[in-house]
Amino acid sequence: MNGPFEFALRLGDDALIAAQRLAEWTTRAPEMEEDVALANIALDQLGAARLLLTYAGELEGAGRDEDALAYLRGDREFRNCLLVELPNGDFAVTMAKLLVLSAYQLPLYTALAGCADERLAAIGAKARKESAYHLDHSSLWVKRLGDGTEESHRRMQAAVDQVWPYVAELFAPDPAAPIDPATLRPEFDATVADVLAEATLTPPETSWAPAGGRDGVHTEHLSYLLAEMQVLHRAHPGAAW
Amino acid sequence: MTDPRTAVAAVVDPEIRVLTIDELGILRAVDEDPASGRVVVTITPTYTGCPAMDVIRADIRRALAAAGHPEAEIRTVHHPAWSTDWISESGRAKLAAAGIAPPSPVGAPGVVALTLAVRCPRCGSPETEQLSRFGSTACKALWRCRSCSEPFDHLKAL
Repeated sequence: MNGPFEFALRLGDDALIAAQRLAEWTTRAPEMEEDVALANIALDQLGAARLLLTYAGELEGAGRDEDALAYLRGDREFRNCLLVELPNGDFAVTMAKLLVLSAYQLPLYTALAGCADERLAAIGAKARKESAYHLDHSSLWVKRLGDGTEESHRRMQAAVDQVWPYVAELFAPDPAAPIDPATLRPEFDATVADVLAEATLTPPETSWAPAGGRDGVHTEHLSYLLAEMQVLHRAHPGAAW
Repeated sequence: MTDPRTAVAAVVDPEIRVLTIDELGILRAVDEDPASGRVVVTITPTYTGCPAMDVIRADIRRALAAAGHPEAEIRTVHHPAWSTDWISESGRAKLAAAGIAPPSPVGAPGVVALTLAVRCPRCGSPETEQLSRFGSTACKALWRCRSCSEPFDHLKAL
């Protein structure tokens, strides 16, 4: 593993694929305000992805820029976690995914802000402010739906149960990385436990922990996502407007 | 030739057109490279994904070219991260006059900020409510005045 390059690529791919998935809600959200909210969060993720992938390309030193990394890699070359490539599901699943993602990204970016690498530190310091807002937003929805009607509670619990197995991959130990994800787990657990408790939801128990995203072994969902994201660039290389 | 700092400071933000980029606090520095004599402009985005950055760079180039500095270099920095506390007093007044409620102060890290009522930029009433945590651009949220019923944009404190 080429340490810093691989690390920047993982974070950049997490943000890029999350942005693409969230953007699928545009014009389809349950209400206008939420449509705007999800598009804004997608935009924040895309902003972080651009900074991280640009930096990853520089670290690699092979002449690849953010566009080459986003548009000209196949699924086996992506290093994002499986969580972000999962389909949006219903609104509860999307909020459960966003809760997990933002509760992971916030301590990660915060730790990054204090790391020795100046570029990563600057990106972390910037992105953590945005992650805090995403965490706020997803927490509010999880509480509202969990502690809402019988039907919203049922679907929010089902969503948390569905997403939970994918948490383990986020915190797989990597002592050589600029930030070892395993060190972030206690803060994540505390944050999410508080939200679930207030939402009257039961923390899932599961021993199934699918992984592989960090090694380029993905679910079939990623290929479809990439096909849509990359089709224009592949059909018209270098297209600009 | 016009002073490059004056020329760049007058560039308006493309999404909040009542403010200059200087008043918004995203213009960090205007220097001259001692070796080449070129103007070096340093800017920072409000949000990482701010889609207005390309337009802002183009507008800075245009303003500098018109002022007699066609060879400018524009650098984008992300550290320190932009804060709404960097919006100038004149900028805050212009926002309010344009119907956009200015952000509450964020303050230093670790200091617990007082939550101040967001005042309606039209009637001044503090009886307002948040309609949506997100708004028409990345930096705004949507609010409504309970006194005059008018919806308005509020720049999110960051």
